[in-house]
Amino acid sequence: MNMTVAEYKVQISNVSKVFGPKPMEALKLIKSGTSKEEIQKKTGNIVGVYDVSLGVLPGEIFVIMGLSGSGKSTLIRHVNRLIEPTSGNIFVDGVDVMRMSNDELREFRRHRLSMVFQRFGLLPHRQVLDNVAYGLSVRGLARKQCEERAQHWIEQVGLLGFENCYPSELSGGMQQRVGLARALATDPDILLMDEAFSALDPLIRNDMQQQLLELQRTLHKTILFITHDLEEALRLGDRIAILKDGEVKQIGTPEQILLKPADKYIERFVRDVNRARILTAGSIMDAVPTMKVSELTTKSLREKINANELKLVYMLEDDGRLAGVFIPPNTKSEITAAAAKRNLCKLPHIDVDAVIEEVAILALNSSVPIPVVCENGKFKGAISQSAAMSALVRSKV
Amino acid sequence: MFPDLMDSQNIRIAIDNAVDYMVINWGDTLEALASPLLQFLNIIERGLLTTPWWLIIFVLGALAYLSSRKWTLSAGVMAMMFLLGLLDLWEDTMKTMALMLAATLTSIVIGMPIGILASHSKSLRSIILPVLDVMQTMPSFVYLIPGVMLFGPGKIPAILATIIYAVPPLIRLTDLGIRLVDKQVIEAVEAFGASDRQILLGVRIPLAMPTIMAGINQTTMMALAMVVIASMIGAGGLGYQVLQGIGRLEVSRGLLAGLGIVALAIIFDRITQAYGRRLQQHLHLEDK
Ligand SMILES: Nc1ncnc2c1ncn2[C@@H]1O[C@H](COP(=O)(O)OP(=O)(O)O)[C@@H](O)[C@H]1O
Ligand SMILES: [Mg+2]
Repeated sequence: MNMTVAEYKVQISNVSKVFGPKPMEALKLIKSGTSKEEIQKKTGNIVGVYDVSLGVLPGEIFVIMGLSGSGKSTLIRHVNRLIEPTSGNIFVDGVDVMRMSNDELREFRRHRLSMVFQRFGLLPHRQVLDNVAYGLSVRGLARKQCEERAQHWIEQVGLLGFENCYPSELSGGMQQRVGLARALATDPDILLMDEAFSALDPLIRNDMQQQLLELQRTLHKTILFITHDLEEALRLGDRIAILKDGEVKQIGTPEQILLKPADKYIERFVRDVNRARILTAGSIMDAVPTMKVSELTTKSLREKINANELKLVYMLEDDGRLAGVFIPPNTKSEITAAAAKRNLCKLPHIDVDAVIEEVAILALNSSVPIPVVCENGKFKGAISQSAAMSALVRSKV
Repeated sequence: MFPDLMDSQNIRIAIDNAVDYMVINWGDTLEALASPLLQFLNIIERGLLTTPWWLIIFVLGALAYLSSRKWTLSAGVMAMMFLLGLLDLWEDTMKTMALMLAATLTSIVIGMPIGILASHSKSLRSIILPVLDVMQTMPSFVYLIPGVMLFGPGKIPAILATIIYAVPPLIRLTDLGIRLVDKQVIEAVEAFGASDRQILLGVRIPLAMPTIMAGINQTTMMALAMVVIASMIGAGGLGYQVLQGIGRLEVSRGLLAGLGIVALAIIFDRITQAYGRRLQQHLHLEDK
């Protein structure tokens, strides 16, 4: 088997989907450069998705972002073969989805992946408990087992006490929690979420995003998430694919999309985004002069200070942790190794993954760039007043 | 006048000969085939006639209450039945009710599977729907006469004619109800790997039930509409009283029996409708 196929959890390669009477003909036309509108006018075929290739890594949240009608729903439905491609291949764990027999496909859908829908798609005639248990009962699991597991997930999504309600008795946000619990209850590796939060009020949507991220921290599912909302994409996505008129325009991390939009179209999108809520401290920190405490000499210290604009040095332990910042006194003669060891200035520090909005205030209030550390405490860089400022005022970084 | 392009006499002779052939050679077989239906009808009729009148009134009252949760409907139903008894129409009412119930239940057994099949296959639907149109618009005397020739006058042709007239709305509405089930719900259960059977039994049929119930309601109404015609060929009951009233120019007899039919129609219409509505509420479909 092809290696590149195997390392992706989900791989979509050169998938095109044409709706209409003569899909192959339409595909030929589009290859020869005819526009999609023209094809629709001439042949009555609608090009839903054209030549999309992307790979989703195990455990990541991969977001597909695009405006309404850009082919997102069509694309995601290829993964569980609710829609079959006109051409191209879809691999899940290296297995070609199109090669599955009907029985295999059913087993695949029952065990390997589940889906959350924009309009929830709940069974209106079943109570919450039965809805959440649906995927398990379809597998033929005993009723008691289904209900036990369903109960667990009902608690996980915060619906305790609503087990015996009917979907129509719940708010949209709660209905989607049922949808999420139903999807998680079968314990699939892969979660397909088609605009799962788009129908919800902004505040509820925020809660749901938060909850998804929290769940993901322990579950490590492979999630294919669809949205038309760039902020949502940037907030949730480990990587994002931007879809326009059925074609992928760019694939990248939120930072790559924000900082290096591939074309004018994406640039226009990105312009209105509140970067400070998306970009992390790591993306705006600068390199600063450092020295190891163990290698400290008066001579090297003076050289270091003279060589940089900041006129200060971040002193590190041998294991890479920050010992403190040496802010030299005005009189040059007092810049000595001994003084540096005595007078290290302790500063608050910022987590490298922290969102700028939450930490900018620290940097703004400090004349000394605030150190940035990663999870294990290692020093990574520092954020200056001006870097924090420019990130906040949405100007291009 | 339209020119005489061909001799239609030949066609008619051919058809008549075919019917004669069927009557002579298949008559017994067909009668044997239809006899379970006759037995079914007789069981219901005997059951209704041997049950004490107050129990039947009570059961109908209880059904009315259970389906609507309204005391007023229940009381109204019981009062109407009591009145029919007072007017000396009890036995005829029971016979008519038996014919209606037998025809409706048979229609459900035949109609729902056909409706479900039609909903699954476009080509089948394109054959079935025109046939249903013919069944509903063809004047019933046209098939009553060969029916009488085949089975002899009596209850068999009567119930067959009633079923032919009453089953189309049920087939139609079953097909419609199943096809109109929310596509997003179907897609969702498909995504969870539900089999066709699981989708049909667990989702489509339950969600189509209110529409199917409307079909059952119409079927009962159509069955009652046939009772006068059915009584012309040997079914007794209220329809027969109407016929006699007309024959003897006894307006009172015809009128009272006619009102009896109306009363039965109202009772079963209200009960099945209320049940359909409750079903809809119970399925929590009301805001769809
Ligand atoms: N079953 C279908 N038949 C015909 N056209 C379709 C069908 N499904 C989607 N389309 C068309 O394909 C395009 C992409 O649709 P969709 O994938 O639903 O977009 P999105 O989810 O991004 O809003 C649209 O132009 C839509 O009209
Ligand atoms: Mg969509």
